[in-house]
Parts: sequence; C-alpha cells; structure tokens
Amino acid sequence: MGSITLEHVNKSFGEVEIIPDISLEIEDGEFVVFVGPSGCGKSTLLRLIAGLEDTTSGHIKLDGEDVTGAPPARRGLAMVFQSYALYPHMSVRDNIAFPLKMAKMPQAEIDKKVEYAARTLNLGSYLDRRPRALSGGQRQRVAIGRAIVREPKAFLFDEPLSNLDAALRVNMRLEITELHQQLKTTMIYVTHDQVEAMTMADRIVVLNAGNVEQFGSPLELYKRPANRFVAGFIGSPKMNFVDGPEAEKHNAHSIGVRPEHFALSTTAGAGQWAGTVNVAEQLGSDTFLHVEVEGLGLMTVRTDGEQTFRHGDKVYLTPAANRIYRFDAAGLALQDKPT
Amino acid sequence: MATRQTRTLARTMMAPAVIVLLIWMAVPLAMTIWFSFQNYSLINPMMTGFAGWGNYEYVIGDPSFTQALVNTLLLVGGVLLITVIGGTFLALLLDQPIWGQGVLRILVISPFFVMPPVAALIWKNGFMHPGYGMLGHLFKALGLEPVDWFAQYPLFSVIVIVAWQWLPFATLILLTALQSLSEEQREAAEMDGANAVNRFRYIILPHMARAITIVILIQTIFLLGIFAEIRVTTGGGPGYASTNITFLVFRTGILSNDIGAGSAGGVVAVIIANIVAIFLMRAVGKNLDA
Amino acid sequence: MARNASVQTKVGFTVLAWAVALLLFSPILWTIVTAFKTEAEAIATPPTFLPLTFTLDNFGDVQDRSDYIKHAWNSILVSVGSTLLGLVIAIPAAWSMAFAPTKRTKDILMWMLSTKMMPAVGVLIPIYLIFRDLRLLDTVHGLTIIMTLINLPIIIWMLYTYFKEIPVDILEAARMDGAELWNEIVHVLVPMAIPGIASTLLLNVILAWNEAFWTITLTSGRAGTLTAFISSFSSPQGLFLAKLSAASLLAIAPILLLGWFSQKQLVRGLTFGAVK
Repeated sequence: MGSITLEHVNKSFGEVEIIPDISLEIEDGEFVVFVGPSGCGKSTLLRLIAGLEDTTSGHIKLDGEDVTGAPPARRGLAMVFQSYALYPHMSVRDNIAFPLKMAKMPQAEIDKKVEYAARTLNLGSYLDRRPRALSGGQRQRVAIGRAIVREPKAFLFDEPLSNLDAALRVNMRLEITELHQQLKTTMIYVTHDQVEAMTMADRIVVLNAGNVEQFGSPLELYKRPANRFVAGFIGSPKMNFVDGPEAEKHNAHSIGVRPEHFALSTTAGAGQWAGTVNVAEQLGSDTFLHVEVEGLGLMTVRTDGEQTFRHGDKVYLTPAANRIYRFDAAGLALQDKPT
Repeated sequence: MATRQTRTLARTMMAPAVIVLLIWMAVPLAMTIWFSFQNYSLINPMMTGFAGWGNYEYVIGDPSFTQALVNTLLLVGGVLLITVIGGTFLALLLDQPIWGQGVLRILVISPFFVMPPVAALIWKNGFMHPGYGMLGHLFKALGLEPVDWFAQYPLFSVIVIVAWQWLPFATLILLTALQSLSEEQREAAEMDGANAVNRFRYIILPHMARAITIVILIQTIFLLGIFAEIRVTTGGGPGYASTNITFLVFRTGILSNDIGAGSAGGVVAVIIANIVAIFLMRAVGKNLDA
Repeated sequence: MARNASVQTKVGFTVLAWAVALLLFSPILWTIVTAFKTEAEAIATPPTFLPLTFTLDNFGDVQDRSDYIKHAWNSILVSVGSTLLGLVIAIPAAWSMAFAPTKRTKDILMWMLSTKMMPAVGVLIPIYLIFRDLRLLDTVHGLTIIMTLINLPIIIWMLYTYFKEIPVDILEAARMDGAELWNEIVHVLVPMAIPGIASTLLLNVILAWNEAFWTITLTSGRAGTLTAFISSFSSPQGLFLAKLSAASLLAIAPILLLGWFSQKQLVRGLTFGAVK
C-alpha cells in the first residue's frame, strides 16, 4: 500500500517561502510526476515527502498515518537520486544489500533479494564491481535496484535521468515505466522535462513558484490546461499566445494556439494570419516553422516533413477554430470551448 | 538542508568538541587573568592578596620586558623576511622543469619535520660550535677566526635556526599556490608578449599574494610562541639577549616561581597574539564557504 | 608541463635547485653521517665527511644513557593517543558542521580556530598549577589530554574540509535506506572519508610528535617524550657530538619518514584549508 496525502503543506527557509500551501492526494499504485521549471519547488516537495526536509506547517500522511515528524529511515520510502548517490566504497552487491542490512534482514534472505533484483535489472555480471567502474545507465539501474529490494511503500525519483545522454534517457524512461507496471507500487517522479512527464505519468502535478497549477492526467493537461502557465508548459513545441485585438475577437484577454493546430497554406484566404518564414527546422518527420506573423509576432507552426520552406517564404496560418484556448486577464482558462 | 531532527542531532554531536574547547580556552585564561592581579609567589608564600596593576607594572616596567618585546619582534620579523623571500625564490625554482623534482621536494621540506629541540641542538653543536661546528671548520679553512655564535650573536643565531625550520613550510605552501596557477594563464601572458620579469610581476605575484598573506599570518602565530629553540641553545641569554616574551613568561612564572608576574606576562602575550589573530581570521574566514 | 625549455636552462636550474636543496638539507645530512662516527672523529679537524670507522656504538650509548625506547614509546602514546582521541571528538563535530550547517557554523569554526591562536604561555601557569594539583604533571595521560586539546581545532578543520567534498546526497541515500545516524557515520561517511581521515591522522601525529612546549614544561623523567629526551642533551658532557647526532637521528627519523608521505596534507592542514 502506498497512498500519500499532503495537507496544507508549507515550507519556508527563513524568510523565503518555497512552498506556500499545497494539498495533494496521491493514490496507491499511481505514477505521479511533479513537473515544473527549475526553482518551482518540485524537488523540495519530494524531499518533504521523503523526510529529508521537514515541513514548516501542514501534514504528510502515508496510508493515512501521519508521518510529518518521522525521520526518513522510518517512512519506508525509497528514493533514486539525480546523482544516483551510490556508495562508492561498496560493491554493487553491497550497495543493493545496504537497505536490507540496515533492516537487519538475515543474510540468506538478503542474498536472495539481491539476486532477484540483479536479475530483474540485468545487473548480474556487475555485482562485484564498484560503482565507479559502471556506466551512467548501469549506475542508474543499481540505484533503482537498491530502491526496489526493500519493497517500499512508494518510490521517489528525483530527476533520475538528467545525467544520462539522450538515447539512454529514452531507454530508461521505458524501463522505469515497465517497472511500474510490474511492481504496481506508487511512484513519484520529479522532472523538469515535460516530455518525461507526459510519457510516464498516470497523473501530472504542474508546479510553479511553489503552487500546484494543475493536477491531472497527461491528456487532461494537454486538452484542458487550467491556465496559461500549464498551457505553455505542457506540449512541445510551446503553445503560441496572442494578446490584444486578435484575442478580443474571441472574447478573451489572450488566446493560445498549439503549433500542431494550425492549417498552413501558401495562398491567401479569409480569416488567415499572414506571415513570413523566419527559420524552418526540418526534423524529417515534422517541420517546425518559426513564422513572423504580421501584427502578432513570432509563431511556431508544426507541419509535416514533406514540404520544404525557406527563409522569407510567405505563408498563411489558419488556427483550428475548436482548438483555440482562451484566457482571462489573470491567465485562467475560460472554460466554454474548446473541448 | 536537513530536518529539525538532524539539526538537533547535529548540535548534540558538536557539543563535546565545543565544550572541551570552551573549557580549555576559558578556564585557564580566566585563571591567568585572575593570577595576574594577585600577589602569588611559590617562593614567598607569605606574599598574598590583591596586587592591582602591580604585576603588570613590575613586568612591563622591567627592562627585560622591553628587551623581550624587541627580541620577539626581531625574531618574528627576521624569520618572516627570510622565509617569505627565500620561500618565494625556492618555490619558483622548484616549479621550473628540473630533474629530480620529487627528491628535491623531500630534501627541501625535511627541516620542517625536525622537532624544534633537535633542530636547535644540531645547529648549536654540529654547525655553530666554534670548536668543531661546520661553520667553525669553514672559517678556519678560510683563515678566519671562528665565531662563537651563541655568545656573540645569540638572537641572530636563534633566528637562523628558526628560519631554517620554517623555510620549508613557506616554500611548500607557496609552491602549492604557484602550481594552482593555470598553465593557460601563463601561456596567455607569454602570447601577450610578457617577459619573465613581467610575468612574475603581473601574473605570478598577484596570484601568490593570498598564499603569502596566509604564510605570514600562520607563521606569526607559531613564531610568537618560539620556546624550545631558545631553551636548548641560549637559555634566553646572555642576560636577556635572546629572551622573547614566551621565554620571559616561562622564566618568571616557572623558573622564578612568580605566578602573579608570570601571569601578567602571559596576558600581555595573549593580547599580542590576538592582534595578529584578528588579521589571520579575516584572511582565512574570507575563504570559508560555510 | 607543456613549457618548453632548452636543455641548458634545464641543466642550469637543476644544478641551482640541487645546490640550494642540499644546503638546506645539510644539517640533517651532517647529523646522519656524524651519528655513525666515533666521538673523536666527530670533532676532528679537518672534518671527515663519511665516517672512517663506521660504528653503531653511539646508538647503544644513547639508549643506555637516556633510555631512548622509553621516550619514544611515550612519544608514540601521546601523539597517536591524542590524535585518536581527537578524531573521536572531531568526527561527529565535523559531520555536524559539514552536513547540517547553520548560520552559526562559520562562527563556531572560526572560534575553534581562534583557540589555536592562544599563545601557550598565556595559559601555561594555570595549566601547570592544575596539573600539579591533580597529579597530572609528568604523566602520559595528562600530556595526551593537553595534546588533544591543542590539536583538536586542526583535526576538526581538516575533517571539515574533507567532509565538505563528500556529496550530501549519499548520506541522504543512507537515511532513505533506513540508516540511523550511527550507521550513516560508520558505514557510509567514515569509509568514504578514509583518505581524508588518514591524512588528518598523519599530520596530527607529526604535530604532536614535534610539539616542544608542553612536552618540555609538563614532563620530566617518567612521561618525557622525545622532545624532552633530546633536551637532556642540551648541556654538553665531554665528548658527545656523535652521541648527540645519534640521539637526534633517532628522535627525528620516524617522523621524517611519515612527513615525506604527507606533504600535500600538511599544506591543507596547516593553512586550515585555505591553500589546497
């Protein structure tokens, strides 16, 4: 079991309020991702749950039990650190066995569990090596191995993939997702990368300046962002925003259109935004156009990879009518359309 | 970082160190100050009671104090001059591409590991003895009259011994600082057309300035307390010719058993050391990223 | 070193450097060779460099006259004992300051450093009287306590600078893995800091071994260390230069060897981490 409840959690360092007031309910077995720009308080929030920091006020409950004052050792959670935090003076085997040794488990049982974890994570042939003799991906697996052997109530991941190269990152992303499907244990995963958030999460918590901007499933966040911040943060490339008279036409303070929600043509027509191609980024499958739209500014447009564009080409953009996001002056989404 | 629990734990863990150092610092120092205002002599137990500034007047008023103070300044200043200039020169020399650098370093650093009484004795007997010391032999070979160093130049002789002990320290620290100067920076200066003198003046010296400051301050702390070298060579003499403040306090307090006057001297020594310490703390503190 | 130097320059610098180094080393070298000469040869004019008659008698005489072994044993007890005791007190303190720093940590460190700057004579008289009254004068344990106290600030400082280099993540990982403080320190921090702890130990043994104020003022016969042992040679008694050299060599040889291995740590320890 591993449901996690935060009740009016507040964290301040001296005068500085990192997290003003957060309440969250994370259900047992869920994969929840905390995502947000750096400095948004996502790592602090994770460390509060871990017990590595204590709350200034508010409560943290694990399976309904209040653990606010409990030290990390007593919470029964496991954490995978950004730096992996492997014990450099211990072999891979001893690293994985460490939490079990701390729990005073009999040696025979420890051996069995370490073997099992090593098999699950393909670490069998490295068990007697020191961490420094391993590659980044292998270290990451050891860190995960160390976390799974103790069968925690929940796993906490603190940006675990950010030290890996791009290709390995995609692999490990899949492995962690598979691991979750296999173990069905609650996982909380912190990242600044919205792609990781979208691909891995059951539910995403979008954080900004210590506040929860929105808590929902990836598609919910994509389709119905609660405000301009979430709309801009989720989705890649970023949503285009337009203020002023053009937004007023839609009875909004500002409107947003995702790059993938434009129809593109090279001939002029009614209701279209005329612009000039500034840069065309061709990825093969897609092409991202950075278009200078007259009177509205720079827009990113996603189009298929077949067409080629050059700097200076004239293009005409039609935002999909039912995909225009509308926001009020405070940045909150106006909820009548789109759906 | 850390939780309230960790912080509480941290305070507990730090307590033993803080408490023993606090006691070590406060109790004897308070006693020294207390004694310094008392008539307290182990030779004359009849003489007791509050002395006011009497002990201070006695210690500071005595010509031996003035001489000890001057000697202390000469000793500290002389050794600093020799070690800083010599150390800079040696550090630059050892930083050159030369054969046998590792062995050279060991030879140069060795005097620092020689305990003070040994250093003093091997200089006194093996080198400076007018009859069979190396310098005596050398003078005789040159047809000169051998010098009885400790009788004729007692303070100078002590300075030479102490400088010999501390020159390796200065060299080692300055060399470490020198080697932390990036090769690129030197090469850039070379590319910019700076000759050796200018490179030293504008690149190397400013880079070493901090290390030199630290060498001066740390050595000063230790040099103010020079004791064994004097004890085993001149015994502070002839007269008070090679007595520094530290040795004067030892002489008054322990050898003459005048606790009150010795303590007054001790307080004076503490005040002098504190003046230096303030500067040292600033230099080290700036570097501390706690 | 990518610097190009012509062979001539290199030869020049090498010769100069060796000349200066040998000059600085000559008192030690002279002591070494004299220790193996007869007394008559030691003071002969003109002097010989290498002993004509190689003898080990001086070492035996020194042992008979002043009991080198007893003093050396005292030196080992005091220097190693005080360092170990210091480490026991310092490791928890350095852990606190490196991994749970507060606003006052810096002040506490600076204050600890300041105790090191108090001149020994400032407290000599009270310590002498306290030791006399507690019957600690001329005892090994009394001297060990003093030595622990005077070196404690350096031990804490050195450990602090080494601990600071250990990523706090790893200690936090241990906490997450269920390690209580004791296990965190014993199984994770100490093994990781072994090189730093060893350097600290080495430097402090050297400093304690060579300490020559308290060892001379607080001991006489029984608990005398090698500094006291050698000081007993300060008044010449007949032919004695060769014996003095032998005694000197015996007193400095162990620490000279240790010292050669610890040059780097020495810099860091003696500058309180300000020069690395």
